Amino acid sequence: MIEALHFEFMRNALAAGLLASLICGIMGTLVVVNRIVFLSGGIAHAAYGGIGLSFYFKLPYLLGTVGFSLVAAMLMAAVSYTMKHRADTVIGVIWALGMAFGIILIDLTPGYNVDLMSYLFGSILTVPGSDLITMLVLGAVMIVLIVYYYQDILAMSYDSEFARIRGVPVKKLYFGLIGILAVTVVLVIQVVGLILIIALLTIPPFIVEKYAKSLAQMMVASSCLGALFTIIGLWLSYRYNLTSGASIILVSGIGFLLSLLIDKLRYVSGGVKSNTNKNT
Amino acid sequence: MSIIEVHNLDFSYNGETVLQDVNLAVAPQDYIAIIGPNGGGKTTLLKLILGLLKPDRGWVRVAGKLPQKASTSIGYVPQDVYLNTSFPVTAMDVVRMGMLDQKNRFSKQKTSWRKEVMAALERMEMAALAQEKIGMLSGGQRQRVFIARALVTKPKLLLLDEPTASIDTKGQMDLYRILKELNGEMTILMVSHDLMAISSHVKSVACVNKDLHYHDQAEITCDMLETMYPYSMEDVCPVELVAHGIPHRVLQDH
Repeated sequence: MIEALHFEFMRNALAAGLLASLICGIMGTLVVVNRIVFLSGGIAHAAYGGIGLSFYFKLPYLLGTVGFSLVAAMLMAAVSYTMKHRADTVIGVIWALGMAFGIILIDLTPGYNVDLMSYLFGSILTVPGSDLITMLVLGAVMIVLIVYYYQDILAMSYDSEFARIRGVPVKKLYFGLIGILAVTVVLVIQVVGLILIIALLTIPPFIVEKYAKSLAQMMVASSCLGALFTIIGLWLSYRYNLTSGASIILVSGIGFLLSLLIDKLRYVSGGVKSNTNKNT
Repeated sequence: MSIIEVHNLDFSYNGETVLQDVNLAVAPQDYIAIIGPNGGGKTTLLKLILGLLKPDRGWVRVAGKLPQKASTSIGYVPQDVYLNTSFPVTAMDVVRMGMLDQKNRFSKQKTSWRKEVMAALERMEMAALAQEKIGMLSGGQRQRVFIARALVTKPKLLLLDEPTASIDTKGQMDLYRILKELNGEMTILMVSHDLMAISSHVKSVACVNKDLHYHDQAEITCDMLETMYPYSMEDVCPVELVAHGIPHRVLQDH
């Protein structure tokens, strides 16, 4: 493993993976506890429309993709906030339309373009230094915002009706959260690809949730777990010449199954202990 | 001055009138139960008092202010719908949410919050479980945490929504004991289906079924029940109303 780090591209890949794990550990925690995993998938797929837009209209890459994703995300946020029962249908529609829109626009753009494969799998092995800086800045901004609004975010996520009564601007906070999610998704997909972003957003937080006693703990632990999966996955892909994104996901999946197993064993052996609090 | 004042209130949802011409004045230290059939508007009225909804006509005032401005005077205990069972939050953190105050984000409150939260939990006999995850507690314990959350700002008014919906008999008796004590310091308004509680503990009753009828004594008669609930006397009367210490009395027709 250490000889791999002699290569700059491997060092960059590792740095990118770790930064992605940090960002996805934080956002993923909020996505999982607020039950917006499907919405995140919607943003991730619809964002491809933004890529098509950038190529076809020759817009700066970030402007086109982030701009389009924000529009799609705000639509999804509005629907999920006001019409919960219809939300996942509409999200599904935007998901598919956004992606198709992007594919058609790229078809119509003359010349050699980025193809769908690199959107799906990202380019963790060809990450430029500038992307690393962008992710670092995003991570820092995110941490500042989360620390400042921590109590409000916690209240909104746990009991939004009560939060509203206490004067928390739940609507603005929710839309703000989805907005940051959209920006996160776009920036991280460049590096780790569409298939990995959902895995990084959901698997580590899901494993950690039952053990964490606070949102902050869950974020930290998810980031660490994501980092662990990333390191192991990258090593496996280097050693056995496999696709890096998919290797990381498989390692995460194995981690997930292991956590289920450990859970079952804890329940069976510590069964009596976990019931002592049930007596009122 | 009444602690809650509702004046000529109308509210409709999706074109359907839910509440019409509702008037209510709740005096301080009252212990009032809001009863009525499902869909009759009791929960809507509660949400209007909490400021979660705005009336189409008329107004609501709590402690003389608009409900949205009176959040420090109101303690709210929602029905335990028990979502989010694995949410990463301890009992202590849940109670802390009751202290949220947008105007004083960085006040000294920040350092003394632990004492106030623990005091509220001790009041509800839950201090020992302060560090437990909320999902690990039983229904009755969780409800005590929610009551502590409502009490932590020392409100003048405590609002409870169906507090006994998911609790066993012993839990219910404990709850009513606690509420009776609390009534010594604050006004209590409870939306409830529990007729036993109403007849033995509460001081006044309001029947809500699109309109509101207020009774300043806690008396429920079978006639009243028949108009409120579409059950025959045999279904409702025998068990629910034979509570110790309550003679049946006849209320005026309304």
